Amino acid sequence: MQPLIYARGLVKRFGSFTAVDGIDLEVQPGEAFGFLGPNGAGKSSTMRMISCVSMPSAGELRILGRDPVREGPAIRARLGVCPQLDNLDPDLTVWENLTTYARYFGLSRAEARRKAGELLEFAQLTEKASSLVEPLSGGMKRRLTIARAMVNDPELVLLDEPTTGLDPQARHLLWERLFRLKQQGVTLVLTTHYMDEAEQLCDRLVVMDGGRIVAEGSPRRLIEDYSSPEVVELRFGLEELAGYVPRLEGVGDRVDPLPDRILLYAKDGDEAVAEVHRRGLTPSSVLVRRSTLEDVFLHLTGRTLVD
Amino acid sequence: MAGGVTALTAHPTYAVFERYMVLYKRLWRASVFSSFALPLLFLASIGLGVGQYVGSLEGVPYAAWIVPGVLASTAFQMAVGESTYGVLGSFKWTRSSHAMYATRVSIGDMLRGWLLYLVVRGVIAVAVFMAVVVWFGVLASPWALATPLVAALLTVATAAPVTAFAASIDHDSYFALLFRFVMIPATLFSGVFFPVEQMGGWKVAAYVSPLWHGVALCRAATLGQEPPWPVWAHAGVLVAVAAAGWWWASAAFRRRLRD
Repeated sequence: MQPLIYARGLVKRFGSFTAVDGIDLEVQPGEAFGFLGPNGAGKSSTMRMISCVSMPSAGELRILGRDPVREGPAIRARLGVCPQLDNLDPDLTVWENLTTYARYFGLSRAEARRKAGELLEFAQLTEKASSLVEPLSGGMKRRLTIARAMVNDPELVLLDEPTTGLDPQARHLLWERLFRLKQQGVTLVLTTHYMDEAEQLCDRLVVMDGGRIVAEGSPRRLIEDYSSPEVVELRFGLEELAGYVPRLEGVGDRVDPLPDRILLYAKDGDEAVAEVHRRGLTPSSVLVRRSTLEDVFLHLTGRTLVD
Repeated sequence: MAGGVTALTAHPTYAVFERYMVLYKRLWRASVFSSFALPLLFLASIGLGVGQYVGSLEGVPYAAWIVPGVLASTAFQMAVGESTYGVLGSFKWTRSSHAMYATRVSIGDMLRGWLLYLVVRGVIAVAVFMAVVVWFGVLASPWALATPLVAALLTVATAAPVTAFAASIDHDSYFALLFRFVMIPATLFSGVFFPVEQMGGWKVAAYVSPLWHGVALCRAATLGQEPPWPVWAHAGVLVAVAAAGWWWASAAFRRRLRD
């Protein structure tokens, strides 16, 4: 089957700054694919190239089998884009935002009205149909933006940080809506820096750092490859932690000292805790948990704050 | 899923035009009111008030002489006013242009739909105004029916470069410069209120103003006279300014929307 997104050696430069530094990608129909990475990793630049509004500086890119440089409008006609910043039309009502957008894609007036009604229901905004956009909450605006991206029955939906800045209730509602799209066979491509979001929604993801892909696989596969099944978090009150590190040598697969706690990556968390006690250490608190994508992410992209 | 868009009816240019009309249908009353109220005030104060002292100009009563000028400047001011904050805002604040561009709408569609909408606005404004002043007996020639056409051309020749300017700047404070140093001088010195010949050598400054060419053609139409230059020359300047503005606006939109 022809991939919906095909990239080889894709590069994006802004002057002397290289935002995307030679990435290879393939996204198949029906997949939910995620870009993970810290701020400035090149996720949004990649997304903008995929949505055919930013031109690659080098490399090969095919979207829906076509060339985004020469066939931009024809490709965009079949995409749904939910950008990082809401760009709803503030002069229009919720309803008009959908019908007007449908017309941009060439739907007939009747078809546009039918679609708007259907999508308002999907976004749980039916009661807000005649409201202007401004008074809506952040979660409602986001849902409307996603509904708007579905107006042309897109083959590929691109979501750039779909839930950033939303409260937990709004995020869960949105995830549920996106999951529903996924079940309908819509291909989703999203960027996020929320690990739980990636684990919830993505079949496959890549971790980007400094414009490159540093890891690729299913969430489970990435955890297997780059972390251990379980993680033990040890705290030692207010004491200096550095002194404990040599004494934990060899417990589990890896010891990762943080400023406030020490992480032990282990196959069996309880076994590691038992070993800690056997060595005569008495942590003030012990937490054994399953390894998450967050551990993978921090391991791969480092703990330094990126601004 | 291929061909999910089944009924391809609206041309993207028309869809863009429609977006502006959706809004206009809500605001047309206020817009129509101001499009004849303001020129009417001008006509009353300057045409009839000042006209009492001026008497006649170039062989016609002063009021009849300035009506076509005020007509053209109505279209001109509408085109300038609409093409400033709204255009910059659609890139910078609301980003609704980015939303439009994420569809099958191209930059050409965006500009065509936008200018088409302004032409409709300009023609409505001029038509409403003419419907009012015709009762004052100031439209001397059946050629007056051609003025909406001139207004349409003038609207494009004004809106295209101003839209380009609005899409090029990063801060709205530049609009103050545009209003102060372009729009107001153009309105004062483009033959709306007095013949540019009175400006001596400075009259060449009026030649670069699309408004002067619009005024010249409107005046020729409503008074049934020969314009200062041949009609084709006036129209040619307006077309050239419109084309240059279009080219500049396309480049400015491209810079904003794709990188």
